[in-house]
Amino acid sequence: MKNLIRVLMVLLGLGLSWATLAGEAKPLAEDPVVEQRMIKIAEEMRCLVCQNESLAGSHADLAEDLRQEIREQIRQGKSNQEVMDFMVTRYGDFVRYRPPVKPTTWLLWFGPFLLLALGLAVLAGVLRHRARTPATEPLSAEQKQHAEALLRDQP
Amino acid sequence: MSKRFNLWFILPLAVFVGLVAFFAVGLQRDPHLVPSPLIDRPAPNFLLPQLEAQGKSFSPATYHGQVWLLNVWASWCVSCREEHPVLLKFSREQHIPLVGLDYKDQAADAQHWLDNYGNPYTLTAVDADGRVGIDYGVYGVPETYIIDKAGIIRYKQIGPITPESLQQVILPLLRELQK
Repeated sequence: MKNLIRVLMVLLGLGLSWATLAGEAKPLAEDPVVEQRMIKIAEEMRCLVCQNESLAGSHADLAEDLRQEIREQIRQGKSNQEVMDFMVTRYGDFVRYRPPVKPTTWLLWFGPFLLLALGLAVLAGVLRHRARTPATEPLSAEQKQHAEALLRDQP
Repeated sequence: MSKRFNLWFILPLAVFVGLVAFFAVGLQRDPHLVPSPLIDRPAPNFLLPQLEAQGKSFSPATYHGQVWLLNVWASWCVSCREEHPVLLKFSREQHIPLVGLDYKDQAADAQHWLDNYGNPYTLTAVDADGRVGIDYGVYGVPETYIIDKAGIIRYKQIGPITPESLQQVILPLLRELQK
């Protein structure tokens, strides 16, 4: 039974992937090397229309145009960096999934470490404070007398 | 001792208030408004056929020495309908060239649109395959660029121009650039 389900799932998967490939198979066949490089570059870029999708995975019209643009630039012999620069000059650093380290992105890159350091500092402070204060404070002379009086009164 | 104790009590509250302020500002910002790197850069050059004047073409160099607007639109663009009356009013009241960039559109549809809803444009350039759109970093139509006398992009409006953004941002900037 388990095997049957597995076989069915594989078949379903094949069917689905075939269906999704069907619409895009044409450029793949054109030049697999260009296509592979294009996908590698596009995976590093954000689709500006859907924003949570990479340029490689987006079905937005603009993403398709930009992928075509990348293909053409690869065929023209441009390096990956040149293609990336082309996109960044037009769409800004937002298009990159890995924003560059520069003054405006310092907070983005180092903020988490700053928070971690802050947390550690607070923790260290609390621990040191705790170590310095004794667990129970000794009773004052007055309290001692009071306690003794209470104990004496016990039947 | 007791003063320090109070401070530790207030700290979580202060952090919480800080977070609330952070989110109050952050969540009200529209993530779709991506700042354009083209601001204060020369407007990319292009040469495109015009929609209405058959056989004529348009290049941004035409308006060198003038302040002008480039409005990216399309007949398939829903928000462009919303923006259209604002543009019509603008073209009636201002003597500033307003160039339409008909982005990834069918010429017949675009012409039909202008005939139906009125034509606010000084002229319309046809960017049928969207290549000029890519050069301008267009990602959501409508978009409007304000280009100064030296051919530098000074402002980009992403999404439709509203009567408010026209009055509060665009017109004051145009007045300043025309000085």
